[in-house]
Amino acid sequence: MCLALPAQVVSLHADGTATVSLGGLRKVISLALVDGVGEGDYVVVHTGFALSRLDPVEAEKTLALLRDAGSSRGADR
Amino acid sequence: MKYIEEFRDGDVARSLAAEMAREARTDRRYRLMEFCGGHTHSLWRYGIVQMLPPEVEMIHGPGCPVCVLPIGRLEQAIALAHVSGVMLCTFGDLVRVPARDRRSLLKAKAAGADIRIVYGSADALRLAKDNPGREVVFFAIGFETTTPATAVVVKQAAEQGLRNFSVFSNHVLTPSAIDAILGSPEAREGRIQVDGFVGPGHVSTIIGTAPYERFAREHRKPVVVSGFEPLDLMQSILMLVRQLNEGRHEVENEYTRAVVREGNARAMALVDEVLELRPSFEWRGLGTLPDSALRLREKYAAWDAERKWDIPYTPVADHKACACGEILRGLKKPTDCKIFGTACTPESPVGSCMVSPEGSCAAYYAYGRLAKKRPTNDL
Repeated sequence: MCLALPAQVVSLHADGTATVSLGGLRKVISLALVDGVGEGDYVVVHTGFALSRLDPVEAEKTLALLRDAGSSRGADR
Repeated sequence: MKYIEEFRDGDVARSLAAEMAREARTDRRYRLMEFCGGHTHSLWRYGIVQMLPPEVEMIHGPGCPVCVLPIGRLEQAIALAHVSGVMLCTFGDLVRVPARDRRSLLKAKAAGADIRIVYGSADALRLAKDNPGREVVFFAIGFETTTPATAVVVKQAAEQGLRNFSVFSNHVLTPSAIDAILGSPEAREGRIQVDGFVGPGHVSTIIGTAPYERFAREHRKPVVVSGFEPLDLMQSILMLVRQLNEGRHEVENEYTRAVVREGNARAMALVDEVLELRPSFEWRGLGTLPDSALRLREKYAAWDAERKWDIPYTPVADHKACACGEILRGLKKPTDCKIFGTACTPESPVGSCMVSPEGSCAAYYAYGRLAKKRPTNDL
C-alpha cells in the first residue's frame, strides 16, 4: 500500500497534474500534495499522487556514504 | 531507473554486511522491528535477512493496511457493495481478503456486485463523474501515506458538487500502532522485545520524522527512518546497530532524499481539513485502539459512506487457526503458524497477511519458505 517509486516529471499540465516518466513508462499524476515542482524534477509517486520531491543532493550524499562504507573499510574483505 | 538501481548495488551491500558483522557485538542481540510491510518484503526479496549477522533479528511489524483491517470492516464493505446502485471502488489486494465464512469482495463481485479495482482515489472520483446515475463508493484504506490522496478527492468532490461520490474511510495512524506494540501485555511481560525500529519511509514523507521522537525519548528505543531499496535497509540496520552499541536512542533519517523532519505540511493540512480522529477503531491483531484512525469531518458528511448508509459494525473473530494477529504484534513469525503454506497460501489465503503484497506471510511464502533456518545466537 505504501509502495511508492521515484519518477521524473516530463511535463506540467494546467489542471495541477503532470506527466511523469517511470523508467520510460509515462503516467499522468496529481501534484496536489506538493509545491513548486518543475519539469525535470524527480518526485516520489504513490497511488497517482506525488508525495514529495526527491532531493538529488541528498540522494548523492547517501550514495557517497554507502560507497564509502563499501570502499574504504570494506574493500579488503 | 534513476534513484533505484544505484541503491541495489550488490558489492556495496556485501561491504555493508561485512561492516555490520564487524560492528555487531557477539555478547548481545539486536531485535529490530521494521514497522512497514514494504520493508518486510524488501528484506526478503533482496536476501537481506540472510546477510545479517546472527545477532541481528528482524521482527516484522503491523505496517500493512490490508493486514490490519479487521473482518468486521470488510463485512461492512461487502454490505455497501450490495446496496442498490452502488459501485464500490478499491485496491486490488483488498478484494481477495477472506471475510466471514470465507466470503470476499471478489466473490461478491462474481455474484453480481459492482466492484471495481482502482489504482488510486482519483480513479474512483473519475468513475463517479462518468457514471452520474450510480453511487460510487471509494473503500479507502491506508496509513498516512495514502490518506492525503483520499482527502484531495473528497475536497474535489465537494468543490464540484459531485453528490454521487462517497468514501468509506479506514485510514489508520502509524504512531497509534507503535504505541499498541510497545504498550501491549506481551511487551510488558517481556515476551516481545524490540530494541529499535526501522521507521516507515513513505509514511514519513507525509508526517516527517518528528512524531517518532516521543518513542525514542519515552521508550528509549532508537528509530531510523529508511528508504525501501536494499542498500537503504542495510544502511538503516547498520545505523541502528551503531546507536545501540553507543547507548543512544535517537531518531535518525536514512531516507533524506525523500523525507524531512517536518514532513509534508501541505498534505497534512489537507488531511486535517477533511478528516478527524475516530474515538476508537478496531485493528486486526492490535485490538480496539482509541484515536487510532480517521473519519470524515461533519463538514464533509455528504461524502461519507458511513453517514450516507447506516451499515452497522459488528466485530468478527479471525479464523481459529490463523496467526495473523500474533504475527502483526511481532509475537510470531509466519512459519510459526500451523497453516502457513499448507491450508493458507497466496492462492487460497485464510488470513490477510498471506493476501497482501506487504503481508509478512506473503513475503515468507514468496521468498523465504525454502530458506535455511538462520543460526541464532541464544543469549
